[in-house]
Amino acid sequence: MKGYRRYFRKKIFWFLITLAASILLNFILPRLMPGDPVAAITARVAMGMNDASAVRRIYEEYARQFGTDKPMLQQFVMYLQNLLKGDFGLSFSQYPRPVADIISSAVGWTIGLQLPAIIVGWMLGNLLGALAAYIRKGFDRVVMPVSLFVSNIPAFGMAVILLVIFALRLKVAPISGAYAYDMIPNLSWAFVRSVFRHYQLPFWSIVLTAIGGQAIGMRSMSIYELNADYVKYSRFLGVPDRKIVGYVFRNAMLPQVTGLVLSIGTMIGGALVAEIIFSYPGLGSALLTGITRLDYPLISASTLIVTLMVLVVTFVLDVIYAFIDPRVKAAQFD
Amino acid sequence: MRNTFRQVFHSPRFVTGFVIFIFLLVTLIVYPLVSPGDPLEMIGLGSFFKPGTYISVLDAAGTPAQTLKLPDAADKRLSSMLSESDRVSMLRWLTAVGVPESEIDLQDTSSLLKLWRENYDAKARPKGMTMSDRRFYQRLDEQLESAGSAEALTLMRQDEAGENQEVGRVSGTDYVNVKDVANVRTLPLGTDNFGRDTLKELVSAMGTSIRIGLIAGSIATCIGLLLGLLSGYLGGFVDDLIMFFMNIFTVIPSFVILILITYSIGQAYRGADTVAIVIGLTSWVWTGRSVRSQVISLRNRDHVNLSRLSGHSLMRIILTDILPYIASYVVMAFILQISSGILAEAQLSLLGLGPRTTEVPTLGLMMNWAMLYSAHINGAWWAYFPVILVITLITFSLNLMNTGLDQVFNPTLRD
Repeated sequence: MKGYRRYFRKKIFWFLITLAASILLNFILPRLMPGDPVAAITARVAMGMNDASAVRRIYEEYARQFGTDKPMLQQFVMYLQNLLKGDFGLSFSQYPRPVADIISSAVGWTIGLQLPAIIVGWMLGNLLGALAAYIRKGFDRVVMPVSLFVSNIPAFGMAVILLVIFALRLKVAPISGAYAYDMIPNLSWAFVRSVFRHYQLPFWSIVLTAIGGQAIGMRSMSIYELNADYVKYSRFLGVPDRKIVGYVFRNAMLPQVTGLVLSIGTMIGGALVAEIIFSYPGLGSALLTGITRLDYPLISASTLIVTLMVLVVTFVLDVIYAFIDPRVKAAQFD
Repeated sequence: MRNTFRQVFHSPRFVTGFVIFIFLLVTLIVYPLVSPGDPLEMIGLGSFFKPGTYISVLDAAGTPAQTLKLPDAADKRLSSMLSESDRVSMLRWLTAVGVPESEIDLQDTSSLLKLWRENYDAKARPKGMTMSDRRFYQRLDEQLESAGSAEALTLMRQDEAGENQEVGRVSGTDYVNVKDVANVRTLPLGTDNFGRDTLKELVSAMGTSIRIGLIAGSIATCIGLLLGLLSGYLGGFVDDLIMFFMNIFTVIPSFVILILITYSIGQAYRGADTVAIVIGLTSWVWTGRSVRSQVISLRNRDHVNLSRLSGHSLMRIILTDILPYIASYVVMAFILQISSGILAEAQLSLLGLGPRTTEVPTLGLMMNWAMLYSAHINGAWWAYFPVILVITLITFSLNLMNTGLDQVFNPTLRD
């Protein structure tokens, strides 16, 4: 365990740096808007409003949040202070509900949906890819083109297709939401069953889109490893096939974990859009509400939370990686 | 070089992808020639007209008619008039007067009518039927009788005095040739929520989306290539600095940065090209990382060292000794960037951050409008399914080309 310290210190360092960078970006990008950002946002929000005092209130609320009258550095300090307190301001589309409240109710749904879906998709994809590489002829011929095609259906497209087939045609699944609209979240058996029923379509649409890409990557990696010298050498030595396959897949898995680390952001982005199709009450839908109702604090908070989620997942994967990759282990004990 | 091309075009994957992509491109060029016009013109008043051929009723009535005696014409006319609920009502009557339900086929109009004529009696009072029910059936029967006899329709024209003058008669056996009708419009994919010709819009949207992909892909590849080359070849402080940014931007999802930037730009300035440029600016990291690692493995090869010892300039070494070796890789990355650019636009548009609607259609915007108007719940498959299919086909063909190239340049992956 002691040997890992340097590795973890490095990873934590990078975690903090990226965290700082993402907070900085979240702070700076909207402020780079041409002209007075507060006026620009207010103009968008106030479009179609003719109550002058309401417009004024909105302007003042934004001005308070942005603190545009103060110098940039002081604004940033203010922004950080609010962030530490978990204060994302008040939502404009659901005034006077605090944004933190909206976000905290959405985060659970998003994590509960996406994390299992991405993990299951990744595992199934790797299994299929490994099988395709090992069995080759026949299976490979069918599985590869199919998964290549399926992996190219965008997540939202898959969501719409599943929705139309299962919810509208076959009527075996509900159309939208995360639980029946006439229910109040509680811990009753009926509620859990309703959540489970609503969970299926969004879950499988994410899983299906994740499978293809992973299967293709795993297949290439496995074929590459199967042709490596150590495999040939082991064959000559008469090492049993099962054992060789074990080595091969372990080696092929490592780049797949790295691949997952690198693509988790893209996957979550795609899955957020898939959420919208099902009106799943997660961060994707919160983001959509923010954008369509011009609710700037909600957008800002949602993007920050999504980034934070990706950062944490990446960090966790990095930690797991350290334990399964013998090279990292070896490097620590030198 | 020629040998490489021959190899590439012998890879079945690459060829399949290439053929699909060329097919899409040809459609893009040829279809507007076949069916010219503004793709954003709102021709339909109302939303989601079904795919099919639309014939002007006025022109059809004015076209000289021929007489065709078709035996099943009356039945067909009746079956198109009989709505689903009428059929169910007929079933209710028939079962009420004692016809076994297994003998009734709701979809077979002629047998249903035959049963109806045999069993309907206006004076009968089946059990459980109220007065108003019986009235309903009387009306239904009258309707069926009048439709079946196919009386002639009289065409009237109102003159200036406001009086109707008969200008012609249309009987049940009158037919006009579609070719003789002045105004016939085929809408192979119907219309969208704004009443625009979906197919025309789709072709035009495909063009815009491919352009977005090309612009975004070129920008991302150029930046990634430049930074990757600099960082990999120069090493040292430059490498550290570039790697610092690359590490940050691999973890922060580019999607989030994309959302923040496109939101900040604001609707008014958000054209298709602007969105493409922003996508390009946020998605170079992948290319940059992989170019860097390729360059690092090349940096200390003998031929590069030889060039360096001969005192060749940095530009020359990069252009002649390094670029050719990573060219295939860069092309592959470029192909992937195009497809991810198209996807990114679609996702942004679904979030409501796509290009302005009024100027050009893009695949993402079409999808977005179809979803906003609940095309999937209204059963208007033509408004969203072709869009998903086109996006999938574009990215599928590009990825097929990519894996084909991969197999050519990485012999270990070959089948």
